[in-house]
Amino acid sequence: MNGTIQAPTIEYALLSPMLIVFGAAIIGVLIEAFAPRYLRKSIHMPLTLLALLGAFATTILGAANGLPTSASAMGAVAVDGPALFVWGIILILAFVSVLLINDDEQFVAQAAAVPGSSDEEEAVRSGYAQTEVYPLLLFAVGGMLLFSSANDLLAMFVGLEVMSLPLYLLCGLARRRRLLSQEASVKYFLLGAFSSAFFLYGMALVYGYTGTVSLRGIGDALGAGSGQETLLLIGTAMLGVGLLFKIGAAPFQAWKPDVYQGAPTAVTALMASTVLVAAFGAVLRVFWVALGGLEWNWQPVMWGIAILTMVVGAILAITQTDIKRMLAYSSVAHAGFLLTGVIATGAAAQNAKALSAILFYLAAYGFTTVGAFAVVTMVRDAGGEAGHLSRWAGLGKRSPFLAGVFAFFLLAFAGIPLTSGFFGKYAVFAAAVSGGAVPLVVVGVVSSAIAAFFYVRVIVLMFFNDPAADGPSIAVPTVGTSAVVALAAAATVVLGVFPQPVLDLADQAASALFIR
Amino acid sequence: MDLYAPILVLAVLAAGFAIFSVTIAPFTGPKRWNRAKLDAYECGIEPTPQPVGGGRFPLKYMITAMLFIVFDIEIIFLYPWAVAFDRLGVFGLVEMVLFIVTVLVAYAYVWRRKGLDWD
Repeated sequence: MNGTIQAPTIEYALLSPMLIVFGAAIIGVLIEAFAPRYLRKSIHMPLTLLALLGAFATTILGAANGLPTSASAMGAVAVDGPALFVWGIILILAFVSVLLINDDEQFVAQAAAVPGSSDEEEAVRSGYAQTEVYPLLLFAVGGMLLFSSANDLLAMFVGLEVMSLPLYLLCGLARRRRLLSQEASVKYFLLGAFSSAFFLYGMALVYGYTGTVSLRGIGDALGAGSGQETLLLIGTAMLGVGLLFKIGAAPFQAWKPDVYQGAPTAVTALMASTVLVAAFGAVLRVFWVALGGLEWNWQPVMWGIAILTMVVGAILAITQTDIKRMLAYSSVAHAGFLLTGVIATGAAAQNAKALSAILFYLAAYGFTTVGAFAVVTMVRDAGGEAGHLSRWAGLGKRSPFLAGVFAFFLLAFAGIPLTSGFFGKYAVFAAAVSGGAVPLVVVGVVSSAIAAFFYVRVIVLMFFNDPAADGPSIAVPTVGTSAVVALAAAATVVLGVFPQPVLDLADQAASALFIR
Repeated sequence: MDLYAPILVLAVLAAGFAIFSVTIAPFTGPKRWNRAKLDAYECGIEPTPQPVGGGRFPLKYMITAMLFIVFDIEIIFLYPWAVAFDRLGVFGLVEMVLFIVTVLVAYAYVWRRKGLDWD
């Protein structure tokens, strides 16, 4: 009992992106506590951007120094090729979202204050403005980094919660339509807590079967194959529920439209892009690394879920009348397309192909999403953002440039050639075909066609309908917002016309697969 | 089984003490009734009658409860560290200091944002 306990080895250099983001978040909390109110925002902004940049730089450095061959931090975190690629995407997308969040108009000064009222003026004057957005965002991003690279279920759960809790709060901060926003926040919290409980219970059952929470250990124990299989199967299903909830796969997609619609649009942009990226990182790790030996059992279910997700997302999006809800269902459909890649396992080369396709898809989809939501923040009428689709009629006549950019983003979602969406879809479906999931690809192509219908419908609405007399105006974008739209459009074009460098990068990241 | 004997003894002692105190109190204690005695014990809002419309908690109770949990969790981590202090060595000390500093940051935030003021 009395020997000294060996101190764990921690690879600080490899983990530095996470450490930088978390450190900056804690400094952010201190700024909230001690900096005078009028200064806070001007400190937070550069701090947040610098932290994300710094973390990105160290991620690149980590990749340049050669990939490690074993897990870091005593096997709790795996900083491998896919992890570094996913980190890179998350950090860039978060950086872009911060530029969007910089727009004060979107965030409530005090939850009870009606926009434009004397209450609000009072709240703004006494400096209640929600500068907490920045540290909350950093905590969420830090959680995403851990969530997507965790190499044992406990670390993954901690990452999941650190990512989710700040997001629940951020959803409730919208300045306009506050009740909708607060409702979204509560719904997201309740359902999110519920799904976390599923994840935890699944973890406990899988632990009961394998006697370990490390992904590698679980994989090895499956090979040994002994004990109560029922425990393992129920545990796998529950882990799946917890993870699939986060990516919004059907039948766990119900929260997505409500939350995406209610949250401040800048926060929606952050969630819609980065959470999907992080969650797919985790899904791949759990199902490929830990439960790879069980694929005969989970694949049939995943087939059903992927088909359901694609179809439900595409069909329900048609009936939506709110632009943000429509984009939410489109995000459900895209989660389904990505799931076809998760199913397409096989030999190592096939896995690498599928993984690289998913990574490229995530990068392409993330940029387009941030751009699309950035455009949504700019189309406003007297009551704030004009969410209803009918208000978008004739937008192309009022401001052809903005409507053109938005149309371009929609075409990218639809996967039209010369946009990033095309190569993303092509890569994932090609991987699925070579992985033997041809029926899935057929369903995927059909749902893409259905999805193209409602994307094109919005384009027709914008360009071929007459604008309403009291139609929405286009807000003069802040520097940040224009930068976001420009960046997203540039990324969508570059990944669509000249995707090879990023495809190569994804190939490289995926070539060694996950370290175990 | 020997390992669990002390727990059993402790449980018996605790139960005995509780039963003894509760039975003996009505006979030995002085009975001076006043308004304060009928109030809710220690703190908190009156449980009855419920306010109109289902009742809403003042937020300060929530904040107090959350702060309690934060410090409770801190203690949960401090306790095993204190027990194994010698064996954890410098690494354990540094980790613990980092942890406490992080909790302290949250505490400073609450303090500066007037979360500790009752009124």
